Amino acid sequence: MTRVMDAPRIVTTKPLVVVRNVDKNYGSVQALRQVSALVYPGEVLGIVGESGSGKSTLLRMMNLEETPDSGTYTLDLPDVSGNLFELDRFARRMLCATRIGIVYQNPHHGLLMRHSSSGNVAERLLVAGERNFATLRAKAKSALAASEFPLERLDAPPIELSGGMQQRVQLAKAIALEPALLLLDEPTTGLDVSVQALVLDTLKRLQQERRITMVIVSHDLGVIRTVADRVMVMRRGEVVEAGLVDQIFQDPQHAYTQQLVHAKL
Amino acid sequence: MSLKSLTKPWQPMSYGFLDASAKRELRRKMLKSVAVPGCQMPYASREVPMARGWGTGGLQVSLTLLNPRLRVKVIDQGADDSVNAASIRRFLALVSGAPVTLDTLGADLIQSRHRIPEEIMREDQILVLQVPNPEPLRSVQPNMSIARQMHADADYGRMWLQLYEQIVRSGRVMQGAGYPSLVNGRHVMTPSPIPRWDVPKLNMAKHLSILSAGREKRIFAVPPFTRVEPLVFDDVPYRVEDHGGLTCSRSTAKGFFMNEIPQVDGSSTYEVSDSSYGVKTIQNREGDDVEFGETWYKDGEMTQ
Repeated sequence: MTRVMDAPRIVTTKPLVVVRNVDKNYGSVQALRQVSALVYPGEVLGIVGESGSGKSTLLRMMNLEETPDSGTYTLDLPDVSGNLFELDRFARRMLCATRIGIVYQNPHHGLLMRHSSSGNVAERLLVAGERNFATLRAKAKSALAASEFPLERLDAPPIELSGGMQQRVQLAKAIALEPALLLLDEPTTGLDVSVQALVLDTLKRLQQERRITMVIVSHDLGVIRTVADRVMVMRRGEVVEAGLVDQIFQDPQHAYTQQLVHAKL
Repeated sequence: MSLKSLTKPWQPMSYGFLDASAKRELRRKMLKSVAVPGCQMPYASREVPMARGWGTGGLQVSLTLLNPRLRVKVIDQGADDSVNAASIRRFLALVSGAPVTLDTLGADLIQSRHRIPEEIMREDQILVLQVPNPEPLRSVQPNMSIARQMHADADYGRMWLQLYEQIVRSGRVMQGAGYPSLVNGRHVMTPSPIPRWDVPKLNMAKHLSILSAGREKRIFAVPPFTRVEPLVFDDVPYRVEDHGGLTCSRSTAKGFFMNEIPQVDGSSTYEVSDSSYGVKTIQNREGDDVEFGETWYKDGEMTQ
């Protein structure tokens, strides 16, 4: 059975992201099984599921950090064509550096902790070829301001910042080049509730202002309900249900989704 | 047929200390490094009678290139008379019979630790630079496998991040030695810990420069007439050390790279770092007939 969970949508346009029939095995562990997903321009797709369900693996695939055993991945962008899993290392790196932004659960994965916060943002611009110091500085400042990072700490290294601040630096780094796709892997995990709310507010504002297409992974249904337009529920490497956020939370069809929603409630 | 007839007469060591296969490998790697300027070539660094990190890379290259007709000069941070320079010079002469010199103009092969002589080198001269750390990406990418991929992809954005951080923290580029430089528009190399003053001397130079790291087992080269461009931001120009206005307290040479000598009263005096040039200036002042070559700098400004 092909599990293409293209849930009903209010606006029908051509999807920006098309992931089809992705399989991934780590030895005897089947991390993803025939997973498919569509993400439309300007929408936020939430992926929920318990630990080990394959949601972060799928996100890493979308960031081209991993290659599946089978399956295809396309982005509907003017200068990008074909199955992205077949790109060579350099093309993958350049695509990720310029068109896809990612915020990791652990800021240590996404940031250079001893470099300045503005330097972390500037790094992304440098990889894309910017070589003017004043422009780098201005763009880094602008991205950090957009992610509501306090500009008086512009040059503080992330290691001296709180978890919430570190996530804002990651967010600024991810949006610095106006990516076509923003991937968020448990961006609020480990943060206290008030900081979580601030980060989620920033995400929502950015999404509304810039219409950035986002995929957010979380095991916290509250987070998904707050920011996502559509939800995909994963379990043991498979997509078990997908739909509009209200549909999933108010009328879950699959037993596992019902269990998740009720556990949350 | 006796065993004696099949073997060579006993010798204490091969000519030039290294055995023929080691020299063959080094020659091949030198040719490769000349063919791809700035690209690091791995080689099997041999044991030499000196601790690794004391110039074994440069020594192996010099030993491979030596022949009895080549005149050798060895400098250590500009000085011909330091213990390290004197020891290496004597060793090279001992194992090869090559004549030695202190004069840049008279040398065919110059092995140097961290300086390029002030007098312009000619097409027929070879400069061998000792390199402690050949990997310019090490400070921004500790994983050497990924660093090699970055070289392959010419992915050098992070090198500018280093400069960005220095400007943000200190208001200016603080990279004093080993300034990362783009060779022939393709590979970023560390030009060994030569001061910023010396980096422009490599750009379109007439001589061949071979840089070798014995501990790290890497050789790279800047062939003659090759572009060597220090990495800079568009709006932050490259600056050499501000030594143009300093005068050597011993030789009165002016406008060259100086060593600072702190004084008891807290002030400083300066001596020209290239000791051979300083000695020639003193000899000239005392009326000796001394031949000076053209210098890269005049009154602190690059002449070429």
